[in-house]
Amino acid sequence: MTAQEYAFLVVAVIGSLAAVAVVTARNVVHAALYLVVALACVGITFLLVGAEFVGWTQILIYVGAIVILFLFGLMLTKAPIGRDTLDHLPQNRIVGAVVALLIFVGLATLLLRVWPIGTTVASQPVAGSTEAIGQSMFRDYVLPFEVVSFLLLAALIGAIVLARKDDGGAA
Amino acid sequence: MIRLPLVLVFAALLFSAGVYGVLARRNAVMVLMAIELMLNAVNLNLVAFSASLQDVTGQIFALFVIAVAAAEVGIGLAIVILLFRNRASINVDEVDLLKW
Repeated sequence: MTAQEYAFLVVAVIGSLAAVAVVTARNVVHAALYLVVALACVGITFLLVGAEFVGWTQILIYVGAIVILFLFGLMLTKAPIGRDTLDHLPQNRIVGAVVALLIFVGLATLLLRVWPIGTTVASQPVAGSTEAIGQSMFRDYVLPFEVVSFLLLAALIGAIVLARKDDGGAA
Repeated sequence: MIRLPLVLVFAALLFSAGVYGVLARRNAVMVLMAIELMLNAVNLNLVAFSASLQDVTGQIFALFVIAVAAAEVGIGLAIVILLFRNRASINVDEVDLLKW
């Protein structure tokens, strides 16, 4: 066990508890705040694995932007804060828990059979990963990069068009 | 210097939590949050394999997934707000107009 692994275990436990809290919280605003913790733990894991650029991007975009969007969405829809009567029908909860548990047990046994913890060697960080990302993204993946930027533009214009109030004008 | 299976099991747990959220919660915003958890589990796998295979491509794919997830959240929340304006409810079970 290296120091990074101990740090990762702490982060993973916190992140797992936060993730479970996100989907089981009765108060939707609390769920959004637990989501901050879970996403930040994923970002810290990226940093520990050695992917600095992806890690900071994760923290900037998810924790900084996407969670704020969620909070705005919750407040604009006047979600029933506190009582949350719509959620958590018992049969949904049971089916969801059974399916999620099956997926987790199946994935975990499969992964641990392919990569046993005892014999797998620790993976080193990719050397010079931020520079390598830049080189690769703007050399080999220029076209996907442009397509993604266009997708983001189209999505944001679409979001504005969808959420805009029609004031009785031509629709 | 983290062994691959540890990260993968963490990602599997995040993914299962997301699956539970999508199946059990009826609030549309909560369903979107659970989808974010699942996308993050996938990103975690991509970055972990990137380090394991010493190939930077996984990190590039993770960045693309983050960008697409941002677009998805923007559109998703716009649809939820529109839904709330038209139906005064964001319960996904009540939105069954297109259900056969």
